[in-house]
Order: sequence, then structure tokens, then C-alpha cells
Amino acid sequence: MPHIDLPGDYPGIRSLFMFSPVTALPLNNLVQTLLHDTETSTLTPGERELIATYTSSLNNCKYCANTHGAIAKYQLNGNADVVQHILQQDVEGASISDKMKALLNVAAKVQLSGKSVTAADIARSKKEGATDKEIHDTVLIAAAFCMFNRYVDGLATWAPEDDSVYDSIGKQRASEGYMTKPFIVKQTS
Amino acid sequence: MPYIPLSEKLPGITGLLDYRKDTALPIRELTQILLRGESTLTEGERELIATVVSYGNECAFCTAAHTAAADVLLGDTNIAELVKHDPDHSPVSDKMRALLNIARAVQKNGKLVTPAMVAEARAQGTTDRELHDTVLIAALFSLYNRYVDGLDSVTPTEPAFYDRLGTILKDKGYLPSENRYAAL
Repeated sequence: MPHIDLPGDYPGIRSLFMFSPVTALPLNNLVQTLLHDTETSTLTPGERELIATYTSSLNNCKYCANTHGAIAKYQLNGNADVVQHILQQDVEGASISDKMKALLNVAAKVQLSGKSVTAADIARSKKEGATDKEIHDTVLIAAAFCMFNRYVDGLATWAPEDDSVYDSIGKQRASEGYMTKPFIVKQTS
Repeated sequence: MPYIPLSEKLPGITGLLDYRKDTALPIRELTQILLRGESTLTEGERELIATVVSYGNECAFCTAAHTAAADVLLGDTNIAELVKHDPDHSPVSDKMRALLNIARAVQKNGKLVTPAMVAEARAQGTTDRELHDTVLIAALFSLYNRYVDGLDSVTPTEPAFYDRLGTILKDKGYLPSENRYAAL
């Protein structure tokens, strides 16, 4: 049960956005720019969603990991296999570029602590072709999901058990982005 | 030296927020709402939440900056020091002690906030809004601390630097403004 009185029928962060619209606006603006808009990064939306998925999985945040995993799948033309590897934290086994593997390694360090990122981690990313901006974006996405995950779990929001809910959210967000209204999810107790 | 090229005149978070302004704007807006917007927690109390999270994450830049902001807003340089180093004996209200305890849990992982911690805060008169804001401030500084240290931004060693920054945070808040850092 959530630690505060949240509107039912909206899972995870969506219940918090309904509770506090004033903070929801900048939070949604941030993910819209950081993850969805195509012109804001040389990493594809699918690649950026994988960073969000991986960080959320490392933080053991079920709602965020499943939601962004589903969004990533739709952004990656239905590639559920890559998403499964990332959700299981098997980066090396995922069919992704060596650059993405190096950037996900940086994201994992950021999840532990910013101080865990080493010059060698950065050098590996650059060797695989990552630009300064891509390294910046990776660190900021991982840092942002350390925020979102704590917001969602720190107030004990509802994470649906039904995989089809996440799939529907993923389909909606991959096509609409983050600024549109959420759909209602009936709570079955 | 930072891992990416940042302005030498803008250490810590300031250079990062300058490096990518389209993402900096919502981060700044969120911070302004949470730390300076309307609230039943004082600005000084909210800076203490930022301080304990930054301290828990060992982020030297953010800890010094928000300690300085808390000091100038509270008009007392002992409170933030005690909140960091001896929380059980720090001169804050019982409600703030309970909220700072929740913030320390959020700093490690959101799942570590227990119903007992929440019940203790409730017993001290905490509202839903105060709980929400405490968790979101703690979560936001979990972002800031990782952003600052994850790209190895510069941490000035001169204590007076943070006094100047703390005064800017008190007088100007967190939104972008002309010549914001002229006094740094």
C-alpha cells in the first residue's frame, strides 16, 4: 500500500503525477527531452530507453524497469530479446553495439554512485566511438532514473503484476512520448 | 579533470547545467518548486534534506553547497553540521528528524522506507504533502549527486566559494537568471 493517499487506477509514477501535477510537469519535460525527442541526442530513443531500463532493473524498481523495458521494445521495432537481456542485467549477452555495452557499463557505475565511474570506463566508451555528449547523456539518464526509481519506490506506489499492462503503457509512450494523459488501469486486489 | 569538456569558470553542477541547457531547465524548475516553492517546510529545512542526501552519497560539492545554503537560510552554522554528523542530537524538530530519517533511506534505495518510518513521521504531524516532498527532494539529490560525480566535475577546495554559492542559492533560487554566477 502506498505511504501516502494516492489516486487509485493509476500505477507507479502516474499516481504520483496525479497527486502532484506541479512537479509532474518538469519531470515529464525532462524525460521527454532526455529519452523521447529524436533531435536531442545521437543515441536513439530505443538506446536511451535501454539505459533507463537497465538502471531501473539495477535499482530493483519493478514498475520503472518493466515500463521502460516495454517502451524500449516498441522503440526497437519489437526486439523483446534485447530487452529481456537488459532486464536480466546480462549486458554482454544482449545483441547491442559495443558502444552501447560500454555506455551501459557507465550507467551501472552511476547507479552505484557517481564516484564509481572511472577514467577507464570513460576511455572504453570513447574507444567504442561514444562522443562526449553521449557519455553525458548516459550519465544523466542513469542519474535521472536513480531519482525516478526512488520516487516510485520511496512512496511505495502500486506496480501491476500483469505484463500486458506494461506492454500497453510501452506502446502508448513509445508512440506518444511522455506528455499525454495516462490511461486508467483498474486495480485488481 | 572532468570527463567531458566543461567551462572552467563553472565548477560542480553549474558547468553541467550549462553544458546541456534543454535538460537543465526542467531540473532547475523542479528544484525551484521543491526547495523554494510554497511548502509547510521552511526553505532551510528543505535544504537540510538536500544536505543529508548529498552527504550520504559522499558528494563533496553538493554537500558543501547545500550546507552553505542551509546555514544562510537558517541563520545558524551548527544545525547542518549536526544533522550530518550527529543526527540524533541535532537541533531540529521531531518531525524534521523523522523526515530526515526517511530521506536517508531514500538515498540508499526507495524500498528502504518502511511503514514504521512513515508512522513515526505521521506521529509527529507530517502531512502527505510533506512526505511526498521529502521523498522527491531526496530522490532529486540522488540524481544531482550522481550527475556531479559521475562526470567528475570540479570540486573547489576554497570554503569561501561555497559561502558565495550558498548566498546565490538563497537570493536567486534555482531558476536560470542573467549573470547568475557573477559573484562566484
